[in-house]
Amino acid sequence: MLDIKDLKVQAEGKEILHGLSLSVRVGEVHAIMGPNGSGKSTLARALAGHPGYEVTGGQVTYNGQDLLAMAPEDRAREGVFMAFQYPVEIAGVNNAYFLKAALNAIRKHRGEEELDAMEFMALIRDKAKLLDLDPSMLSRPVNEGFSGGEKKRNEIFHMAVLEPKLAVLDETDSGLDIDALKTVAGGVNALRSPERAIIVVTHYQRLLNYIVPDFVHVLSDGRIVRSGGKELALELEDKGYGWLETEPAGANARA
Amino acid sequence: MISVVEQRKTRDPYLAAFERFGRSEEAGPAWLRRIRERAAARFAALGFPTTRDEEWRFTSVAPIAERAFERAADGAARVSAADVARLSMTGPDAAAIVFVNGRYAPELSAPGALPDGVRLTSLRAALASDPGLVEPHLARLAAVEHHAFAALNTALFEDGAFVLVPANQVVERPLHLLFIATAPDRPAVAYPRALIVANENSQVRIVESYAGLGDEVYFSNAVSEVVVGQHAVVDHYKVQRESLRGFHIGGLHVHLGRSAGFTTHSIALGGALTRNDVVAVLDGEGGECTLNGLYIADGRQLVDNHTTIDHAKPHCDSHEVYKGILAGQAQGVFNGKILVRPDAQKTDAKQTNRALVLSDEAQINTKPQLEIFADDVKCTHGAAVGQLDEDAIFYLRSRGLDLAQARAILIQAFAGDMLGRIRIEPLRAQLEAAVLALLPNESSP
Repeated sequence: MLDIKDLKVQAEGKEILHGLSLSVRVGEVHAIMGPNGSGKSTLARALAGHPGYEVTGGQVTYNGQDLLAMAPEDRAREGVFMAFQYPVEIAGVNNAYFLKAALNAIRKHRGEEELDAMEFMALIRDKAKLLDLDPSMLSRPVNEGFSGGEKKRNEIFHMAVLEPKLAVLDETDSGLDIDALKTVAGGVNALRSPERAIIVVTHYQRLLNYIVPDFVHVLSDGRIVRSGGKELALELEDKGYGWLETEPAGANARA
Repeated sequence: MISVVEQRKTRDPYLAAFERFGRSEEAGPAWLRRIRERAAARFAALGFPTTRDEEWRFTSVAPIAERAFERAADGAARVSAADVARLSMTGPDAAAIVFVNGRYAPELSAPGALPDGVRLTSLRAALASDPGLVEPHLARLAAVEHHAFAALNTALFEDGAFVLVPANQVVERPLHLLFIATAPDRPAVAYPRALIVANENSQVRIVESYAGLGDEVYFSNAVSEVVVGQHAVVDHYKVQRESLRGFHIGGLHVHLGRSAGFTTHSIALGGALTRNDVVAVLDGEGGECTLNGLYIADGRQLVDNHTTIDHAKPHCDSHEVYKGILAGQAQGVFNGKILVRPDAQKTDAKQTNRALVLSDEAQINTKPQLEIFADDVKCTHGAAVGQLDEDAIFYLRSRGLDLAQARAILIQAFAGDMLGRIRIEPLRAQLEAAVLALLPNESSP
């Protein structure tokens, strides 16, 4: 589904990813772990098409298409979703109104009927329940005045409504207390399916107790230095990231 | 740049017009003619302002001064009921009276039934039937000493709107004063005038709107005076949709008594050159004044908002939010003066000015001007000028909206904040549609 080859990405003129390769098959859940500054979020943002991140080398193929050539909205319409590490507050734009516009843009692209207000409200009420979302968050401006936990929950709520094929969660666990973490993980697990792939970017192992990955990759200094199964996350929890500095950069991830 | 001699000449046609008009019966009773004499003298002394005047630094009125507008002819015959319906915007519930080129057009007006004692009529009629109701207020607030355009209007206005709400009366229906300008043959000037008096403990909602017919060149030089008695509440709207080749210079002068409440919403969408001066005097304890403004300009439009809130007495609050959207080569000017006089302790004044600049060539000059002479006061101001937030655009696009949709949503949200404050439902809905239609090259989701 997703094939990243030798990806090099710059932000503010500085290269952060130095040739990253990773393959994700449909139905899989991959965790990307690594210390601060290793390039985890850069990878997530580059996949979503953030204009602040310039791809200087490599290729990304998504369902046979050149992902890097696509505008951010075209990626979204083709089923790519990124849950933001720092969801943006948008004054004056009603959360449900925005989500309806987004869902209908995606449905139109897929050749599906656009939902009217009634159908849409019925859909989001169910999804909001799933994530234990305060109904007032639907009618408030996008992320404005939301607590940190509410913002993250709202991201997963958007994901649940838009039903992407490839979801990239950028440090969705940061700042969440354990109850919120469980709720968010529950929302993500509800979306696990053989038709969908999920990439979970996280600094800590805890989230992976609740969203159990099929594969774990360790990112260091812009490259994947180790890949393994879910037990690799536990090993990292034990050893921390300090060993990365002493071990030479390993081979790239599993093909 | 024109020479001083030429600049002096620009006032001649107006002074000549006053020679003919000012001493005639048309100019009204003797007391009003005396006021007009003084106003004409002030205009003669001041002349049109230039960009050397601090108050007009960023707004050149040369396009007005150099044109020698003639007084507009009676244009009521050119205005149809359909035009009025199209320009009304206030819904069927409103009591509307219509003025064409500053003159009352009874055949186009529908004041309907109003509560006892409420007047919604022409100044000319009120001066004839009830001069005692008009004389204490007319031309008392609009100071002509330093403002040439206020002086010019006061010297030359022929008619206008008169609204009176007696003490303790609550008027449920919005009152709409619709000023239509038309100058089909040659550029012409009109002097719309309004006097609004809300007596003690009364409540009223008033819409003043200014509109042109088609794409004509004219000059609307408008002055409104609003007297808000003690404990009275006035919710006021000024909707400016002049022709894109028209010029609009408007003054709104407000006096608030003890515990009076006054809110005005200024929505400026039209006009080649627009200048709005708002002067509100909080002249009794416990008064509360709110100024909301939204302007949208594209092409070579210029919109200048100068506001003054004069805290003359203690324990008064003022809230001011102005927002502008500037595209093309449009220019915006905002000058927000807050004056807190030595007696005005416990003043709470808050001012915000924000502008969205959508193109490289559009620009805004913005200046807060706080003059505080009391020590126990709370005054805050903030100005923000910028482009659309790139992070917000990316966030919206990453969820599937295209760039045009994302921009349109953010621009609408910026304006929507101000439109959402409009409490007359049909007016809000129609202005939302009008604003949407104006947003430059953006599509709606």
